[in-house]
Amino acid sequence: MRRRTACGQRLAVLLAAVLCSASALAQTSDAEFLAKLGELREAGYADKERIVTELVDGRHPRARDVLTAILEDRLYVRAADTRVFITKPADDSAESLQLVDPLTLKDAGSSPRAGLDAIGTNNRLRKSLRIAVARFDLANPDAAVRLAAVTEMLRSLDDSGAALLRARASVETDRRVKAEIESSLALVALDGSDTSARIDAIGVLGGRPRQQVRNRLAALLEKNADGSFAERDEAVRAAAATALARIDRSLAWYGGVETLFFGLSLGSVLVLVAIGLAITFGVMGVINMAHGELMMLGAYTTYVVQVLMPRHVGASVLVAIPAAFVVAGLAGVILERTIIRFLYGRPLETLLATFGVSLALQQLVRSIFTANNRDVETPAWMSGTWQLNDALALTYNRLYIVLFTMIVFAVLLVVLKRTRLGLQIRAVSQNRAMARAMGIRSEWVDAMTFGLGSGIAGMAGVALSQLTNVGPNLGQSYIIDSFMVVVFGGVGNLWGTFIGGMSLGIVNKLLEPYAGAVLGKILVLLALVLFIQRRPSGLFPQTGRAAES
Amino acid sequence: MDPERRTATSLPEANGAALLVVLAVVAAAVPVLNLVVPASSPLHMSTYGLTLAGKYLCYALLALAVDLIWGYCGILSLGHAAFFALGGYAMGMYLMRQIGRRGVYGDPILPDFMVFLNWHKLPWFWVGFNHFGFALLMMVLVPALLAWVFGWLAFRSRVTGVYLSIMTQALSYAMMLAFFRNDMGFGGNNGFTDFKDILGFDLQRDSTRVVLFVVTAVALAAGYIACRTITRSRAGRVIRAIRDAESRTRFLGYRVESYKLWVFVFSAALAGIAGALYVPQVGIINPSEFAPINSIEIVIWVAVGGRGTLVGAAAGAVLVNYAKTFFTGALPEVWLYALGALFVLVTLFLPRGLMGLVPRAIRAR
Repeated sequence: MRRRTACGQRLAVLLAAVLCSASALAQTSDAEFLAKLGELREAGYADKERIVTELVDGRHPRARDVLTAILEDRLYVRAADTRVFITKPADDSAESLQLVDPLTLKDAGSSPRAGLDAIGTNNRLRKSLRIAVARFDLANPDAAVRLAAVTEMLRSLDDSGAALLRARASVETDRRVKAEIESSLALVALDGSDTSARIDAIGVLGGRPRQQVRNRLAALLEKNADGSFAERDEAVRAAAATALARIDRSLAWYGGVETLFFGLSLGSVLVLVAIGLAITFGVMGVINMAHGELMMLGAYTTYVVQVLMPRHVGASVLVAIPAAFVVAGLAGVILERTIIRFLYGRPLETLLATFGVSLALQQLVRSIFTANNRDVETPAWMSGTWQLNDALALTYNRLYIVLFTMIVFAVLLVVLKRTRLGLQIRAVSQNRAMARAMGIRSEWVDAMTFGLGSGIAGMAGVALSQLTNVGPNLGQSYIIDSFMVVVFGGVGNLWGTFIGGMSLGIVNKLLEPYAGAVLGKILVLLALVLFIQRRPSGLFPQTGRAAES
Repeated sequence: MDPERRTATSLPEANGAALLVVLAVVAAAVPVLNLVVPASSPLHMSTYGLTLAGKYLCYALLALAVDLIWGYCGILSLGHAAFFALGGYAMGMYLMRQIGRRGVYGDPILPDFMVFLNWHKLPWFWVGFNHFGFALLMMVLVPALLAWVFGWLAFRSRVTGVYLSIMTQALSYAMMLAFFRNDMGFGGNNGFTDFKDILGFDLQRDSTRVVLFVVTAVALAAGYIACRTITRSRAGRVIRAIRDAESRTRFLGYRVESYKLWVFVFSAALAGIAGALYVPQVGIINPSEFAPINSIEIVIWVAVGGRGTLVGAAAGAVLVNYAKTFFTGALPEVWLYALGALFVLVTLFLPRGLMGLVPRAIRAR
């Protein structure tokens, strides 16, 4: 922290040196500063612009605050004593405004709107104000503020601005700010007349794979109506062509990375919805058609938790995960105890009975929550994007889904492989009679296994509530996908489900650009049907004794 | 020990005669009740009732098809809604071509939705559907062909049990997605509707509807007789043997795959016919007919009626659908609970369906 401040001070000094290279003025005193502000009241727009420049040059510590206030129409003169105040942001309808002293930035009471004269602005003035603020921000210790400032300055960059950026570039430590400054300067240099500088600039721009830069370079290669090149200089054209090819290459590469990421996130959803089924269907041999409705219960649990804690949307999703596990898990245990345990060994009949349960559950949520979709809010920490570079931005909700799937999968593996319950589950699924002979309560294990699978379905429901509409039909839309994933991966094999789901997701997204979403899905389904004909036990068939039963 | 062996042993088709008699009575009575009895009389059957009854009979035929493959051969197909819908679409295509200039856009050849999509030529797969004979052939051939290709692949590689069910379901789901697409050339989301006439008879007239109803009843009777002939034949015994002990049947030297394949194809064709009869009576066909949930519902009818008994399947279809009509009208909230409970109770307590309740003496004639 201390280093940063020291660095910031050094930068401020340097900035000052650039701004006031002609005369080494001392910093404006508070009195002079206030006097300048006072002049604003009577000034016309041209005068205001001059005052703004003087405020910038004056380097008063509050100059940025005041300039921002003018920009946001929050600088007022009190009619009674012609004192200048910054006001706090307020609605247009507010009758009185909270005043802030421009020197101390402390509260200075309030005043009715009628007693205040606004310092007006016009477009031209606002433009110079924005640049002026950007110049201040360029020295801000926060890299994100500096980055925004550079982008702002690029909107209308003149020679003095370019000089400022150049000076900044030599001391800039943040990689991204520096790169941004360099490409801004390169875009300026591109308009210059010095051929070698332009070629250098094109070289720099070639490393910036963004659409705006690409358009600019492509413009250099365009032909006029009469067939002559828009750009006369052949060397510049050649450099532009190279840079353009480089940008296209990296855009294609990042496009590929993005598709892969989309595929992984879709695959994660598939794995998440299928993994509970991999346990109930794969390990226990129960075709649980109510699996989708257990996910639906999880999604509605998310909604209920959010209604119960409306002030903490961000935390509610985290609370909903264990809550959904418990709700869906309990529903699963009840389902197992009352219905499924009578049907072991008759998979096709579990299909019918659980389908009946799924219908009843759908009607249940319809009766409680009505048939309309419920709104589940996305917490702030899950929205937004993670801008990796110019060409690649990953949305946080997809990232979290991938992460969540990984965690759920890892925890499940640990439960099955490392805990006593997991050991018992595996024992019962491999040889029930022997497990019972060893003293395992197989009935209890059945209920727990089914509860575990159902609980995971509930957690998948929490994730789905962030992706799709939470309604009574939520489960139905995923049930076929989840069965396909389990069958494709190989029944009774968790890793098979994982790899199966991920690869289906990626294949789906790879097909999408060529075939469209629906046709892509149809092709995947048909390919799956054919695949199962070739390999009836999926990607990773069970081997050994379990396969024979 | 496979419990299914216990639950669904073959029952002699005892109530077959009763079913045929009931069908004959219904086929004779309904036209009279609808056309002759005046509308003021309480005995009069409304057009709505007539359509509903015709719909039930189509469902009964569909249930026969599913029972043949599931109840007798042990293959749980969750794709029969797709065969049903394909038959329906074939009929729908014929009916669309019959509209001719009476469509909204008045194009003599192209159905409205194609004009709307700016198509200028009839796609190749629509050619010929203006002939009733050709359409009739397609109603049977298209579902049968799909079943043949799918079955040939699946049975040869010995995809069985749950896997086969899920594959048929996926197939049906994929077809639903495909038919939802506008550029497939089947009317997309809206499917086909606004039919005008069939073989020159106005579809809105009661007399046409009565004839359709009688045809459906005859088709159901014929379907029943065909199924019964199959199940009572020597081949029928092999089919049941496959259901009860597939490996043993194979080791005895029977070509299990071919038996399964032909039952599957026949069953699909039967479903196609049911679909073809369904469409002109209800007046619409759209991709939601392919929905996997429909296939499961058919299985439920059969399970409720009694799998492995043809009469039970047909009766189950009519009963469940009658209950559905009644409940969705009178107590819409209760219907799904009732249906759900029905599934659960029937699987748990009535593995032979309602036919299991019929005393053995009557069952055995």
